[in-house]
Amino acid sequence: MSLFSVFNTAGSALNAETVRINTTASNLANAESVNGDPSKVYRARHPVFQTMMDNSAASFDQEDAGVGVRVLGVVESTAPPLMRYQPDNPSANKDGYVFSSNVNSIEEMTNMISANRTFATNIDAINTARDLLLKTISMGH
Amino acid sequence: MFQNIFGIHEQALLLQGQRVGILATNLANADTPNYKARDIDFSAVLAHSDAASLPMAVTDGAHFSMNDSGVPSADLKYRNPYQASLDGNTVEMPVEQAAFSENNVRYQASLGFINSKIAEMTLAINGQ
Repeated sequence: MSLFSVFNTAGSALNAETVRINTTASNLANAESVNGDPSKVYRARHPVFQTMMDNSAASFDQEDAGVGVRVLGVVESTAPPLMRYQPDNPSANKDGYVFSSNVNSIEEMTNMISANRTFATNIDAINTARDLLLKTISMGH
Repeated sequence: MFQNIFGIHEQALLLQGQRVGILATNLANADTPNYKARDIDFSAVLAHSDAASLPMAVTDGAHFSMNDSGVPSADLKYRNPYQASLDGNTVEMPVEQAAFSENNVRYQASLGFINSKIAEMTLAINGQ
């Protein structure tokens, strides 16, 4: 494992955090969407991260220490959708109720800040590794 | 004469290069549930480096000395978190960032020592 593995590792993290920011954007965009049918309303989506283990997870020697992160999947929140009485809404059901998405805007904002911070940190790691590699290449000059 | 010209910095550079990768892994998995942060125990590696061990006997000019056989094997250890988190992740961003910066400086210091040694040797060879 060398300095070059930093690019793969941090690159995978950038990818995963991008998915996270993407789902956050999707959730915030659909935060106010309503539907008359509670089963059809938008539900908040969150990615699940997993460490990429190339070989067996039992042997933690330095060769397979350079492991990145991947998105295992995107899960939908199971929280119940909010029910509101809006008989004027065109998508209201026959009793005059609409169901709005279960997106928690505060949760999404904190998620976005966390993803942003991790993204920036990984960019820093890539830049540092690049600087060190360039200095190593020019060794003796 | 040129067998061990760079001293410990040759091995230190390799080890610190590895450590950059390990710390980058910790940073990449900062949000992964159940990921356990890892690091190299530097003093333990130093105790096992060739400064402490016995070199192989060289009785003939054609023998290789086995001193510079690459990186001393570094055992990865798990970090003890200062504050446990609910998702089982033990990466603490400030700790990892500090370790990353520190390792960065150490790597550049080793590189600087090697560079000055090379400059010294170049001067000795050119003789001016």
